[in-house]
Amino acid sequence: MPDAALAEKTIELKILRYRPASDAEPAFGSFTVPYTDDMSVLQGLQTIKDTLDGTLSFRWSCRMAVCGSCGMMINGTPRLACNTFLRNLLPGPVTIEPLNNFPIERDLVVSVGDFVKKIESIYPYIIPREPKTIEEGPYLQTPAQLAAYESFSDCINCMLCYAACPQFGENPDFIGPGAMALLQRYNGDSRDGGRLKRIDAISGDNGVWSCTAVGICSDVCPKNVDPANAVNQNKTNSAFDFFLRFLRKEDAQ
Amino acid sequence: MEHFEADVLIIGAGGAGLRAAIAAAEADPSLTIALVSKVLPMRSHTVAAEGGAAGVIQAHDSLDAHFNDTVTGGDWLCEQDVVEFFVSRCTPEMIQLEHWGCPWSRKPDGHINVRAFGGMKIERTWFAADRSGFHILHTLFQTSTKYPSIKRFDEYFCVDLVVDDGRVQGATVLSPSTGEFTAIFARAVILATGGAGRVFRQNTNGGIVTGDGMALAFRHGVALRDMEFMQYHPTCMPGTGLLFTEACRGEGGTLLNKDGYRYLQDYGLGPVSPEPRNKAMELGPRDRLSQAFWHEERKGRTVTTPGGEVVYLDLRHLGRAKLKERLPLICDLAQEFMDIDPAVSPIPVRPAVHYTMGGIPTDIHTATPLAGLFAAGECSSVGIHGANRLGSNSLAELFVFGHVAGDEAVKFAKGAPAAEPGKLLDQAKASAAKAMALRDQKGGGERHSVLRKEMAATMEKGCGIYRIGSEMQETCDKLAELKRRFRDVTLEDRSAVWNTDWLAALELGYQLDVAEAMAQSALERRESRGAHQRLDGFETRDDAHFLAHSLAHYTEGAAPKISYGPVKITKSQPGQRAYGAAGEKIENAKEDSANA
Repeated sequence: MPDAALAEKTIELKILRYRPASDAEPAFGSFTVPYTDDMSVLQGLQTIKDTLDGTLSFRWSCRMAVCGSCGMMINGTPRLACNTFLRNLLPGPVTIEPLNNFPIERDLVVSVGDFVKKIESIYPYIIPREPKTIEEGPYLQTPAQLAAYESFSDCINCMLCYAACPQFGENPDFIGPGAMALLQRYNGDSRDGGRLKRIDAISGDNGVWSCTAVGICSDVCPKNVDPANAVNQNKTNSAFDFFLRFLRKEDAQ
Repeated sequence: MEHFEADVLIIGAGGAGLRAAIAAAEADPSLTIALVSKVLPMRSHTVAAEGGAAGVIQAHDSLDAHFNDTVTGGDWLCEQDVVEFFVSRCTPEMIQLEHWGCPWSRKPDGHINVRAFGGMKIERTWFAADRSGFHILHTLFQTSTKYPSIKRFDEYFCVDLVVDDGRVQGATVLSPSTGEFTAIFARAVILATGGAGRVFRQNTNGGIVTGDGMALAFRHGVALRDMEFMQYHPTCMPGTGLLFTEACRGEGGTLLNKDGYRYLQDYGLGPVSPEPRNKAMELGPRDRLSQAFWHEERKGRTVTTPGGEVVYLDLRHLGRAKLKERLPLICDLAQEFMDIDPAVSPIPVRPAVHYTMGGIPTDIHTATPLAGLFAAGECSSVGIHGANRLGSNSLAELFVFGHVAGDEAVKFAKGAPAAEPGKLLDQAKASAAKAMALRDQKGGGERHSVLRKEMAATMEKGCGIYRIGSEMQETCDKLAELKRRFRDVTLEDRSAVWNTDWLAALELGYQLDVAEAMAQSALERRESRGAHQRLDGFETRDDAHFLAHSLAHYTEGAAPKISYGPVKITKSQPGQRAYGAAGEKIENAKEDSANA
C-alpha cells in the first residue's frame, strides 16, 4: 500500500456513519486524508481506520475487484471502493455511503443475508440434462455454447445492481438483477436441464415481471455481466415456459 | 452462550472448505455439517486465484511426469507417497468440477483446453480464462446450496478450538453482526482457513489471509511444518502486490529488464528460443524467477518506481484478441490500476509474497496429530509442495484434499462419541471471555495498526527472497518485541456490532504467532533449498542435515522450538534441480538410462 504519510496532497472524505449502540440515526463524518495518485477509495478508508479513527467499519478483502466485498455508494453511485481511484474524484469532497436499498448494520456495512437467500432460491447449480459419471469424463461444450452463458457467470455478487435498482428499492422481495443473471447462467448452460424447476423463481409475483426495464443494473455492473439482458432473456423464457408447462399439464390429463 | 451441535465442523469456506463440506454431505446425508466462514463463502481468497488447476489430461502426458515436476519443483522436500496420490486424484476432481458447472475454457471441438505453467513439463493446467479461482469458488459455493445437511455460519469469526479429552470437539465463534459468541460442538473438525501471506508487506493476498487456522492449531500444540518456505510470486503489481498470473507467461509473455533484455537466460533458465519451451526461461519455477529478479536488482538492471524496483512483463506480441480471450482480468487490472494497456505497453512487475508452502502437518488422510482435527488447503502441510510450490498445484490441492478431508472427518465422526455440551460450554465461555478481554482491556495505548506495519516490514527484511542469519535473528527479536507490545494494545472501539477494530486485533494475534514460526524456522534451516535461500555460508542444499521437515512448536512466552521430521522418499532420489537446457539434459539422460 502506498505510504499515505508521505503524500503531500489531501482530499476530504465525507462518510455516512452509524453505530447502533450510540447513534440514533446515520450522520456524516468528515475526514481529511493524505493521498497519492495510485490510491483507491478503499485505501483512503484504510488510511482513516489505521491512523485517524479505528472505529470506522467497512468490508473489504481482495483489493482487486473480484471478491465483491467493498461495494458502497461513492458520490451517489454504487461502486467498488477498491477499483475507484481518488485521483478521479478530485477535488472532492467525496461522499461515501453504504449501499442503497439495504439495511445498514453499522457505518458502511449493510445486511447481506437476504441477498444470499435470493441466490439460493433459484437452484443455482447444474441440474444435469444427462447425468454422467466421473469415469465418463467431462461434457463437451463448444466455445459458442460456453459464450451463451459465460458473461452471466462473471457476477461477483457485489450487490451494486441491487443498490441501483429502483424496483428492488420499492420491493425488497423482488428477486433482483444479480439473482436473475445467475439464473440465466444456469438456464443457458448446455449441461443443464433444470429450467422448468426454476420457473417459479422468475414467474412469481416477485420474479422477472417485476422488472420495469430501467437497465441501470447493467450500467453499474463492474464486471459487464449485463443483468438487464439476463432479465430480458428470462422474460422470454418465462413466457415460453409458462405455455410449455400448460401444455404438459394438458398432456398429463 | 448459545450452542449448536453438529457432527462435522468445517472452519473456512473457500475451495477446500466447500469441497470438504460437499464430500461430507455426500458421504452421509444424515450428518449435520456446520460450515463456518469469517466472510461470505464467495469472498474467500480462492476467488483471487487466476491461472488454473493442474490435472493430467493430454495423451502424451503422464501421472509420472506430473509427479516428477512436483517433486523436483519442491526441491525434494515433498512427501512422495502423498504426491503420487495427489497427481492421481487431480483429474477426477477437475472433471467433478466440470460436472458441477465450472466454466472451464474449451478447445473449438468442445474438449477441455489446458495451458502451460511454470515448472510443468507438459501443459496440464485447466483454466477458466484468468478467473479460474473465481469460477471454481462460485461453482462450489452454488453447488453446496444443494445439500440441506450443510448448515452455514456465514460471517462468523473463530476465536478458539474446543479441545477436551485429547481430541478436538468444536470451536468458539463470534458473530461480528451481533458481537455475540456461539459454541459449535462437533465430533470432527476440519480447518480450511487458508494461508498467512498478509504477515508480509508486499503480498498478493486478500485482507482476510491472516493464518487464523494455523495459529489456532499451533496454540493447541500442533507443531507447524516447513513454515520458512514462503513463495514469492515473480510478477506482481508494484505497491499493491496484486497478482499478474503465471498464465501470462504460460500464454507466451516474456520478462524484460530495463534494457529490454530477457534476463532469465543469465540464471540457468535459457537459452532463449523462438517458441516458448516448458520448464525454461519464463516457464521456470517461481522461486528461481523471483531469485533472478533479486540479482537483476543488485546489478542495477531494474527500473525504479514509487512502488519499488521493477522489471517488465511483455504481453504485446500476444495481440489484443488473445489477451481478451485468455487474460481479461489481467487486462482489466493493468488498465484500471495502472492505466496500462498490455496490448500496447509492457507491465511493470516485481515479486511479492504469494503463498504459504508450510502449515498444519497432516498425513495423507488430512489428519493432524491432534485427534479429531483435520486440515486441507493452504493452511495445511499435507506434503505436496515441499520447498517450492508449482503454479496450479494449489487449486488442485483444494479439491483433492478437501474431498479427502470431508470423507475422513465423516469416518472419524461416526466412530467418535458425541460432544457433551454441558461439559464443554465452560471452555467455550473461557475462550469468549479471553477474546472479550482483548476488546475491553485498558492496555498501554499500543495501536494494532502500528504493530501490523512493523511486523510486515520486519518479515520482508528478514525473510525475503534471500536471507542472512543476522537479519533473520533481528526479525525474530523484533517479533518477540511486537508480541510483548501486543499485550498493551488498546482498542478505540469497544462496541458489539461490526467491531472490525476488534477483529483486526484478534487477527494480528494470529499473525504474530505464525510469523514467529516462519522466522524461527528460517533462522534454523542452515542450508538453501527452494524458496529458502541464504547468503551467509549456507548457499547450497544440504541433504545430509536438512532433507527434513522443520516443525515449529508453540512455546508460551518464548520463541517457538524447532525440531525436524523425516521426508518420505519413494521413487525419486534427490538429485540436481535444473531448468532450461541443463534440465533437459538431465531429463534426457534419465530417459536414456531408463530405455537402456
